[in-house]
Amino acid sequence: MLTIFNLHARVADKEILRGVNLKVKAGEVHAIMGKNGSGKSTLAGVLAGRDAFEVTEGDVLFEDKNLLDMDPEERAREGLFMAFQYPVEIPGVSNSYFLKAALNATRKHRGLPELDAMEFLTLVKEKLKLIHIDEDLLKRPVNEGFSGGEKKRNEIFQMAVLEPKLAILDETDSGLDIDTIKTVADGVNAMRSKDRAMVVITHYQRLLNFIVPDKVHVLLDGRIVKSGGKELALELENKGYEWLETEAQATT
Amino acid sequence: MVAMLEQENNAYPGEFSRIEKELAKVGSPALLRQRKAAIARFGEVGFPTTHDEEWRFTDVAPIAKAPLALPEIEDGVPPPEARSSLAGDGYRLSFVNGYRPVFEQQGAKLPTGVIVASLAEALVKHKDLVEPHLAHHARVDGSAFTALNTAFFRDGAFVHIPKGVVVSAPIHLQFLATTRPFAWQRRTLIVAGENSQATIVEGYDGADGNAYFTNAVTEVVALPGAVLDHYKVQREGKSAFHVGTMQVTMQRGSTFTSHGIALGGGLVRNDANAVLDAEGCTCTLNGLYLASGQQLIDNHTRIDHAKPNCVSHELYKGILDGKARGVFNGKIYVHPNAQKTDAKQTNKTLLLSDDAVINTKPQLEIYADDVKCMHGATIGPLDADSIFYLRSRGIGLAEARCLLTFAFANDIIRRIQVAPIRAQLEDVLLAAQHLPRGEEAP
Repeated sequence: MLTIFNLHARVADKEILRGVNLKVKAGEVHAIMGKNGSGKSTLAGVLAGRDAFEVTEGDVLFEDKNLLDMDPEERAREGLFMAFQYPVEIPGVSNSYFLKAALNATRKHRGLPELDAMEFLTLVKEKLKLIHIDEDLLKRPVNEGFSGGEKKRNEIFQMAVLEPKLAILDETDSGLDIDTIKTVADGVNAMRSKDRAMVVITHYQRLLNFIVPDKVHVLLDGRIVKSGGKELALELENKGYEWLETEAQATT
Repeated sequence: MVAMLEQENNAYPGEFSRIEKELAKVGSPALLRQRKAAIARFGEVGFPTTHDEEWRFTDVAPIAKAPLALPEIEDGVPPPEARSSLAGDGYRLSFVNGYRPVFEQQGAKLPTGVIVASLAEALVKHKDLVEPHLAHHARVDGSAFTALNTAFFRDGAFVHIPKGVVVSAPIHLQFLATTRPFAWQRRTLIVAGENSQATIVEGYDGADGNAYFTNAVTEVVALPGAVLDHYKVQREGKSAFHVGTMQVTMQRGSTFTSHGIALGGGLVRNDANAVLDAEGCTCTLNGLYLASGQQLIDNHTRIDHAKPNCVSHELYKGILDGKARGVFNGKIYVHPNAQKTDAKQTNKTLLLSDDAVINTKPQLEIYADDVKCMHGATIGPLDADSIFYLRSRGIGLAEARCLLTFAFANDIIRRIQVAPIRAQLEDVLLAAQHLPRGEEAP
């Protein structure tokens, strides 16, 4: 579903990604781990289509289409969803209005009929149950006054409503306590399916106790230096990132 | 006979002499004396220029130079097509060009004693209710435009709510101008009796096309305990000049809430002034203005805390696009004995284009020492992160900008209690991008 080939990207004049390669198939959950400065945010930003990041080399194919050529809204409509590390507050726009507009934009793009207020409410109520979120969230402005945990759960709720093909979770666990992490993870797991792929970007291993990945990749200095199964995450937890840095240096 | 005025200041005093006998037919000799004082005042000061501090950013030379005539009263009844139908229950007094006003109602009849009528007629039938107030609140030495209006108005709207009466449905005062080159002097007097309650909507409409000038003066008196909800919705034509002055006098324990909505006009200036002349008053002034192209919209407000223990809130929001210019000047004047004053003024401007300009100035003069006075202003474009967030969920760039612009305005819109006005604003802001409104509005 997602193929990243030799991706190089920079922010201002600094090169951050130096040849990232990744293949993700439908139904798979991949974890990308790395410490600060490894390029995790840059990778997420490039996939989301943020202006600040400039791709200098390489390709990204999403369902065999050139992702880097698409506007952010096009990527979303094609089925890409990014759960942001720092979700923005949007006073004056309610969660329900925002989601309905987003969902209908995607449906229209796919040739599906748009949902009216009633149909949307019915769909949304189901998803609220799935993610265990209270209905009064709908009337509240997007993320306004939400705690860190509430914002992250709202990201997952949006994912549930929009039903993307590929979900990228950018440090969804950052700033959360263990109980909240578990709740968020429950929501993510509820969305796992054979037709959907997920890329979980994280610094810490403990999220992966709850969202168990099929493959784990380690990002170091802008490249994926090692890939493995879920045991790789545990190895990192025990040995730290320096072990891989030493290993990487030894091989160059 | 209608004479086209020569340019600038000299024409008006001359015109006054010419039609003085006609003007004397409206109201009593006392009003004529007020009119004479008004035109004398205008003769002294003339139209303001940009050298006047209060008009520094708003050049009214185009109004002074425009070839306009003072209209006469038109006989007969205006064609029904000229007016839209009343949306929902309520009462409406319609002024179409120079025709005498037409009164319509839908739903319950006006409660006994409530007067919604032609000011010219009220000066005869209800002299004792009108004369103590007319031209005593909006002073002719306050502004050249007020002076002109007092000198030349032929008719206007008079609203009187008797003591203790509650009028549930809104009272609309509708002023419609077609684009003949006239200088319309629109005059309104609202007297809300003790402990009365009412909602009054002033609407100013006109078509795009040739320039015309609406010079509106509204005096509002809120007697003790009165609760008045006021709206001014201005949708004049793109080439029109609109100068509106509202002067409010508040008595003990009264509550006055006004929403000033400015959507149209080429050159617009609103003055909203309130004197809190007794204890326990609550005054709220909200404003929303949208300007694009070459429009200039200038809002000046002045709240006088003349007595202790009063509360005032101001929230003005402007949305500027194209090469539009906005001006905001909010004065709060706290008199020396006005202890325990609670005054808050907030002014926010959204700039949607690089060429739009806003000049904003709060002006607080505080002479009492036990008060709470706050003011704040923000100016800026739409938040880029918010736009990106909406796009990342599939909402297109144009829709995202439209939605966020609406969200900015919605702070004011959601405070509007008259549903048709809210609907009108939602339409103006959302329809261009086919975004849903009504119950579904964000």
